[in-house]
Amino acid sequence: MSTTAPEAPTALPPVQRRNAELVLIGVTVVITMGAMMISGLNLNGQVPGAMWGYGLIFGAMALATHVALRFIAPYADPLILPCALFLNGIGVAMIWRLDAADSGDIEHAGVGMQLIWTAVGMVMCIALLFFLKEPRVLQRYTYISALAALVLIALPMVPGLGISEFGARRWIGFGGFTVQPSEFAKIALVVFLSSYLVTKRQVLSLAARQVKIGRFKILDLPRARDFMPMVVGWVAAIGLLVITKDLGTSLLLFGTFLAMLYVATQRSSWVIIGVTLFLAAAAVAFRLFWHFRQRVDIWFYAYDPDVYDRLGGSAQLVQGQIGMAYGGIFGTGMGGGQAHHIFAADSDFILASLAEDLGLTGVMAILLVVFILVERGMRIALASRELFIKMLASGLAFVMCFQVFVVLGGLTRIIPLTGMTTPFLAAGGSALMASWLMIGLLLRMSDNARRPAPQAIQDEGATQVIRR
Amino acid sequence: MNTPIRRLSVFSMILFGALMLQLTWIQGFQAEAIRDDQLNRRQYTERLTEQRGPIVIGEDNVAFSTDISEGDDPTRFQREYAGGAMYTPIVGAFRSFGASGIESTENSLLDGSDDRLAVRNFRDVITGREPEGARVELTIVPAVQEAGFNAFQEQGFKGAAVAIEPSTGAVLGSVSYPSYDANDVVSITDGEQANANYVELENDPDQPLLNRALRERYAPGSTFKIVTAAAAIEHLDAGPDSTMDAPDTLQFASGPALPNATPGGTCNGGAPDTLANSIKISCNTSFANWAIEMGGEALAEQSEAFGFTPVEEDTSDLNIPLNVIPSRSPVEADDSILGRAGIGQSNVESTPLQMAMVAAGVANSGEVMHPYLVDSVRDSDRSVVTQTSPEVYSQATSASTAATLTDMMVLVTGPGGSGTNAAIDGVDVAGKTGTAETGGGLGTHNWFIGFAPADDPQIAVAVVIEHGGGSGGSLAAPIARQMMEAVVL
Repeated sequence: MSTTAPEAPTALPPVQRRNAELVLIGVTVVITMGAMMISGLNLNGQVPGAMWGYGLIFGAMALATHVALRFIAPYADPLILPCALFLNGIGVAMIWRLDAADSGDIEHAGVGMQLIWTAVGMVMCIALLFFLKEPRVLQRYTYISALAALVLIALPMVPGLGISEFGARRWIGFGGFTVQPSEFAKIALVVFLSSYLVTKRQVLSLAARQVKIGRFKILDLPRARDFMPMVVGWVAAIGLLVITKDLGTSLLLFGTFLAMLYVATQRSSWVIIGVTLFLAAAAVAFRLFWHFRQRVDIWFYAYDPDVYDRLGGSAQLVQGQIGMAYGGIFGTGMGGGQAHHIFAADSDFILASLAEDLGLTGVMAILLVVFILVERGMRIALASRELFIKMLASGLAFVMCFQVFVVLGGLTRIIPLTGMTTPFLAAGGSALMASWLMIGLLLRMSDNARRPAPQAIQDEGATQVIRR
Repeated sequence: MNTPIRRLSVFSMILFGALMLQLTWIQGFQAEAIRDDQLNRRQYTERLTEQRGPIVIGEDNVAFSTDISEGDDPTRFQREYAGGAMYTPIVGAFRSFGASGIESTENSLLDGSDDRLAVRNFRDVITGREPEGARVELTIVPAVQEAGFNAFQEQGFKGAAVAIEPSTGAVLGSVSYPSYDANDVVSITDGEQANANYVELENDPDQPLLNRALRERYAPGSTFKIVTAAAAIEHLDAGPDSTMDAPDTLQFASGPALPNATPGGTCNGGAPDTLANSIKISCNTSFANWAIEMGGEALAEQSEAFGFTPVEEDTSDLNIPLNVIPSRSPVEADDSILGRAGIGQSNVESTPLQMAMVAAGVANSGEVMHPYLVDSVRDSDRSVVTQTSPEVYSQATSASTAATLTDMMVLVTGPGGSGTNAAIDGVDVAGKTGTAETGGGLGTHNWFIGFAPADDPQIAVAVVIEHGGGSGGSLAAPIARQMMEAVVL
């Protein structure tokens, strides 16, 4: 697949639909305020003041972003911003509700920090849209973004700077202020992989040998010399895993690496090789490190009382699942459950809290919105012409999808539980800012993809110089 | 490049699909199981505001909830217990951080969340009544329980006693001593003190939190000879008059010799002894020979017919509804070990409940009934939600074997028998004494199992005195007699 046929122009038609976006944003703001109102009614039988205070601030911020979009990226996909705002708003309402239930003082419960970070994130998103008119320039910064990703991943490992919590070093701290650099690392990684793989894709697609069983081709083996990027990526992932013990980030970054490698080369053999290598390394880690054995124990034997009572055992996971079980199909209603008893209810386990209050139905709805966001990202990738943009859009979309999978898969015991934030929903500045940056990139790319081609100007002479 | 992007989109869809399926599984299908899991501490903490149903023994509420809120406080219910320490091992304690006993196993019925109460609760919501939990009525007979508990209290030894109605399996009494008063650990107004009391109980070397009747194994000693005799009758066609070598001391090819514990250390002056007499006076050497004669397979098979758990199964599926740990009687090959297994030593270990089931099985013509503690569950209007119907647990022996065993066991409480202390005036009592070596310089465990009346059994009992150091006839038989008298007199 070295040639790219021009896309059918219908993939993303050049219509603005800003008004539709405005209506949807109105709906998200109403949902957010409604969630706060119901929480308040359930918690102490009154409509909380926070609904107006926080709700209207959130609404104003959403509106401002929307207006900015009309000027800066008028052709941007009209679904992306409402989806992001919906998730962010539900997160804000949930964090407020948890705090209100915890403190027992409804009128003084705060999500101030989360709203401030939301505002910062939105400003970053708009600034990115304003200054980055042409995302292709990012392609020039192949190795800078590689370095940035590496530094960001490595920062928590620096002694004295890194902070270890819950058995994983995910934070760096300075002056009472903590940041999760890995949240930004994933964006830098996607940018780097997009630009690097676009240039290397021809080479990496070459097949040296075919592995066959009988007449059937199982996989194409690449040339030995082309294994270097894979080996580097794998070593980096395993190094990260062993040193920071942060299985979640390691899994997320390596999964993204494999997905993008597949998009670039269209060779499933790379994915098979990568998954095999990762599983092999995980098996070795399982033998060597007590920490991983513990994780697997929690995964398999969560409901064993011994594992439950163990220090760092399955208690948190089981409590999260108990919350989900109380939620059942329809949930206890916002503020009606006991979600504030769940460990890390507003950050790593926010999906369990939502599952309790909103039930299976509510979490399904939230998952569908995330899914719409992911699929819109994929559509942008399909509609764009440049390979770099295709890679970037699909990479960002997949990161979002896979991150939700790692979090919720851990909570529901599809995979071992790992500490990880949920995009837009979880409390935390780093995660919010990173999520909004990703939204900014997607908006910019969709704006560029959908903008109608400029009309050729007539009666200006035969030739004209077009300057970039 | 569009093909791989499309495939990646589909892969993303698959990931989300997997999440949704798993969520549906947890929140839809497994939700109730997770909520009822013992690890769910919420079911104990958040129920303080609800009228939890009582646990009833006889006609009295032995566990009930009282509204302790004053004035405009939010309603709060304090769980209270009657009967001091006597019922605690069965009824359990409903603490803020967990529950035990019936309080734990029947929690969803007591707090009203069980699906079987859904219609009732819905009706309450419609009619505006406060929903209440169900009443759980137990099979325990207060007179039996008191007889056993008071006897232990007077004696002061640790131990346990279980009484079963042979024809149904209903547990009439289940004593574990020492115990504790549940009221000490359930206060919600002084939670710190309650918790401190509980920690103290946890660290008590006498283990008052342990329900010895169901969750402790002891070497059954000579009471196990009933199982050996049953196997001899079933597998070797033995009868009461069949004889077996009964030397004063039995020598093995390897291992220490086995002496008799009978008065004078002899059974029949060293001559072969009849099965009936061996049971009557509790002869060791003849029974060791019976076990060797039939082989380890036959002995283990007969034990399992009575309810012992095969060694390859590591948990017992016996819930009454309290979980009972498995009793063991492994297949032995070596003569010295097998011979000792035949008299309830070496690797044979049993819960008091299991030996009560042996006695009850013999009493019920060889049919062991499934033991149960919960007679019925009623909602707050006293209409029945569930009613336990007796079930056969296993067919241990044929009816004729059981009749033969009964006749021989009656001799034990008769003149010259080892268990005369269990005799009741005017009633034939079938029984078997046991004195089990425990090693480690601690005293012997003293056992008695039996049932009465022999011709129409109403009650079967097993009593064990932990490290009593005496004999089954002297220490355990009187307790068993008092418990049986509570029913038959």
